[in-house]
Amino acid sequence: MSREAILSSIRRGLRRGPLPEDIAAALRARLAAHPRHLIPARSRLPAAEQVALFIANAEKEFGTVTHVPDSDAVPGAVADYLAAQNLPGEFIMAPHPELRTINWSARPLLRIREGRAAASDTVSLQHAFAGIAETGTLMLPSAPERPTTLNLLPDTEIVLLHAGRIVGAYEEAWDMLRAETAGMPRNLMLVTGPSRSADIEQALELGAHGPRQLHVIIVADGGPPTE
Amino acid sequence: MHVPTSPAFKQNARQALADAGLQKALARSGTSFIARRAAAVAALPEFEQLRDVARDIKNHTLAHLDFYLEEYESKLKAAGGILHWCATADEARGAVLEICRNASAKTVTKGKSMISEELAINDHLERHGIQPFETDLGEYILQLRHELPSHIIAPAFHLNREDWEAQFRASHTDLPPDRVFHERRDILTEARTRLRQKFLTADVGITGANFLIAETGSSVIVTNEGNGDLTQTLPRVHIVLASIEKMVPTIEDCTSLLRVLARSATGQDFSVYTTFSTGARRPGDLDGPDAYHVVLVDNGRSAMLGTEFQDMLRCIRCAACMNHCPVYGAVGGHAYGWVYPGPMGSVLTPALIGVDQAALLPNASTFCGKCESVCPVKIPLPGLMRHWREREFERHLTPVTQRRNLALWAWLARRPGLYRAVTRAAAVGLGVIGRRRGRFARLPLAGDWTAGRDLPAPEGDTFFARYARAQRRARAQ
Repeated sequence: MSREAILSSIRRGLRRGPLPEDIAAALRARLAAHPRHLIPARSRLPAAEQVALFIANAEKEFGTVTHVPDSDAVPGAVADYLAAQNLPGEFIMAPHPELRTINWSARPLLRIREGRAAASDTVSLQHAFAGIAETGTLMLPSAPERPTTLNLLPDTEIVLLHAGRIVGAYEEAWDMLRAETAGMPRNLMLVTGPSRSADIEQALELGAHGPRQLHVIIVADGGPPTE
Repeated sequence: MHVPTSPAFKQNARQALADAGLQKALARSGTSFIARRAAAVAALPEFEQLRDVARDIKNHTLAHLDFYLEEYESKLKAAGGILHWCATADEARGAVLEICRNASAKTVTKGKSMISEELAINDHLERHGIQPFETDLGEYILQLRHELPSHIIAPAFHLNREDWEAQFRASHTDLPPDRVFHERRDILTEARTRLRQKFLTADVGITGANFLIAETGSSVIVTNEGNGDLTQTLPRVHIVLASIEKMVPTIEDCTSLLRVLARSATGQDFSVYTTFSTGARRPGDLDGPDAYHVVLVDNGRSAMLGTEFQDMLRCIRCAACMNHCPVYGAVGGHAYGWVYPGPMGSVLTPALIGVDQAALLPNASTFCGKCESVCPVKIPLPGLMRHWREREFERHLTPVTQRRNLALWAWLARRPGLYRAVTRAAAVGLGVIGRRRGRFARLPLAGDWTAGRDLPAPEGDTFFARYARAQRRARAQ
């Protein structure tokens, strides 16, 4: 059987049999402790500066960012963004409890559908689990309330992110994920800017197969402490 | 498997040098990757330390690879994934075909994957009536052109804009004649529109993996276009093709490698999409595949463990080595004749297809050392190429004249007095003859050298003599 053939070929190369139990136990302990390695100093900042660093890095990667004071201001921010982009006031929304409790009736002209994205959806509204200031990256773990297709099919993706969920380094976001979810989700996307390709003459063009625009709405209040 | 043309490297290189389109592409793109990497590295003061971290993580994993593969297997199973262990390329092709058949697949979308090129999986599927569609922009045009990638992260490195337009007009026969392709954006939009339909209708999606994580049973892909994500999210079945050395222990280990990967590859701080997949659709999920398979491929890698080539298994396929290689920059990727070009290919290809097939590749190097100096996992690439040269010599794969000359030189070098006398005579003699012009356009026994460039004339002295003089002067002071 190939499984045994591969494992014994590896052990032959390493000039040993299966690992002795004490070494295996040490490796299992390393897996359980998942130690951090060197973390760059650029993201070791106070919370307010983390938000500024996140915005600077997200914009460097061609994302756009707006600030709102609280959830009540989200419908206006979405409507204004869509109008400024000359897009119809229509989007597919992640069925996330927090997005659902927003008072959308404040903007009665917005047409909102909930669920997964279809090919015909041009705009999506997604909910971010966390933001990572180190590179301006969004963490979007899949869940029934956070479908993956919203990150992929529409031309424009709008993402709601609470300022209190912005951390410095990837490692901090991983710790949040471990603390708040039961194990690794089926799919977890780290998204840094809109889709792009440099396959034609090694020159960057935005808008490959994923969204052409990525817009982040940062809600200033701390947001819920956990998911 | 693709039939390698690596044995014809010299002819390939000659053709490449005479290929005006290729030379135009190489001249245009040659320095852009270098400049982008340099800028990204300069912006991260810890980069050099992170290279050590990355090397150590990979070394640790390789030293315990059996353990981590088994841990990975149990975590993957717990997450509802199915693992297929494949010792050979044949087994891997068979496993992919069987999964596709069981899913009654007619079409398959594919994310960019070098292991899929190594396995020539597209040919295999097509022969059995299943239509694969490459969805990475560069891979898409290469599939239309029936070509192999010429670069491991920029597959269409060798093409110019006019090649794209010509190919699209030839392949997309329903295009109106007045359709314009003035801008790169026009080309991108055309590909996006064509491929969107493929994404939506494919039965199976095949991606590669940049990493496999033992802690969680996850596979990781890194892309900029989003095609890999559409490939693995929309079809009913997701197949991950991954070779055994993609393993890392934990998410933190993976994170540290990601910090050096994009910077070394495209000069980005982070790729647009870094996606972790762990099993199939879960209860309540509104999207994602119903089945998640991982085809785990050895195909010669385990045999590299414990040999002088073990270090090569650290490679994370960033392409920094080829981006900085003067040989790659002169002849491009196709001249290398198989799947992996550049310095990493010159080390890996002999291990995978046999040193008899790929004997010329480890010799296609000036040993300038640039590849090793930029490698994010510090693979000693020139040293490994030297090991291949030694093996070639031992196995009598080196040409007879070269062997004879090496033997003559070795005989001479073991006689220091004679060696100095001979080199001194040559230096003085050539110095006198070449004094007027300072260089030789032609020289007996050095025709191969002078065919492409002039040989500078020695200045009439040897290094030994100069060194001795400098030492005497230093002592006298």
